[in-house]
Amino acid sequence: METAIAQTKTKMWAGGRSPFNVSYGKLMMWYFLISDSFTFGAFLISYGSIRFSLNNWVDHNYVFNKFPFTEANLPLAFVSLMTFILIMSSVTMVLAVHEGHKMNQKGVEKWLALTILGGLAFLSCQAWEWTHLITHQHEVLVDGVLQHWGTTVSHNPWGPEVMYKGHMVATPGPVAFGGYFFGITGFHGFHVFSGVVINSIMLIKTKKGDFSKRGHYEMVEKAGLYWHFVDLVWVFVFLCFYLI
Amino acid sequence: MSAESTHLGTTEADIAHVKRIWKAFWILLVLTILELALGLTIYRIDLGANPNESLVLMIKGVICILTLAKAFYIISIFMHLGDEVRAMAMTIGLPALLFIWFIIAFIAEGSSYRHLRNTDAGIRQYKEQPQQFHHPSAEPAEKSDKKLD
Repeated sequence: METAIAQTKTKMWAGGRSPFNVSYGKLMMWYFLISDSFTFGAFLISYGSIRFSLNNWVDHNYVFNKFPFTEANLPLAFVSLMTFILIMSSVTMVLAVHEGHKMNQKGVEKWLALTILGGLAFLSCQAWEWTHLITHQHEVLVDGVLQHWGTTVSHNPWGPEVMYKGHMVATPGPVAFGGYFFGITGFHGFHVFSGVVINSIMLIKTKKGDFSKRGHYEMVEKAGLYWHFVDLVWVFVFLCFYLI
Repeated sequence: MSAESTHLGTTEADIAHVKRIWKAFWILLVLTILELALGLTIYRIDLGANPNESLVLMIKGVICILTLAKAFYIISIFMHLGDEVRAMAMTIGLPALLFIWFIIAFIAEGSSYRHLRNTDAGIRQYKEQPQQFHHPSAEPAEKSDKKLD
């Protein structure tokens, strides 16, 4: 009888241990992330659907072609910098998790601090980009009258160009562009912001020695999963708004 | 906890793991640079007089595949899903397959909408519209001249 129990206990799903060999918290973080990915997926696919239903959209190479401190035409340059910052901060995060496995408190502190710095740098870049889009005005021909519009959720000065008094002027483009762009990058930016807050809490708890007292750095691991997810979403936002 | 695995204990496995992280970083960086190069290629092609639409579409498809490769490396190396128990990875991966249907269905929906917009197939008659908001013969308002620079 006893040997029978011992045998069943070694089976994966017989109870008494995690069949997934993972803690409850980490598993639930994964399930939260998959649900969150469906939220982002719904946003991005709705954007794609609207874009496919329209005869014209904006040309991203003209909308996103500016870099701070210069007036040069640099398509894709600034957003590449943002992508690089986010990938880099993902690397520092995974190194923080690695130091956590080794129970090296100083290492966790160093890499977490760098991750937070990367997150803040990304948020600053996004703030600049939004400010530039909203405040930088463009000539646009509205009902035969030349006006100057910034890019907002209700104004899109990036429509098809027409001849007007001997030079080409843009007409209003689909309003949906501003809504989708600010909505999706805003929702992503909010995730980055909450990621920075979570990482800051992790850093404070690490500095206080909470995790070394507990004997493991699993909290940092869970925060890391969230942070990588933010990076993962950016890969797709980058694809949908800036590349295709 | 043994002494060598605490502070700065760099065992063989540790070194290998850190190496793997940096390798993933370089792969991601190279893929991103490739995507950028392709994006700028599209920009170049569009600058030309007669952009080759199907070539642009093909390049965009390649960019999408590169993005999926990036997503794979982030999930499997940075998020360590590749190291988890297979059954658990499946509970994450299989629901994500819904995205395939999701994308195909809604892109088809959008295309169908455009078809209705551009033809008589919908419930209303198609009227050829001039370029939206385009009034070539309209005399410009006096105010607008000042804004011209």
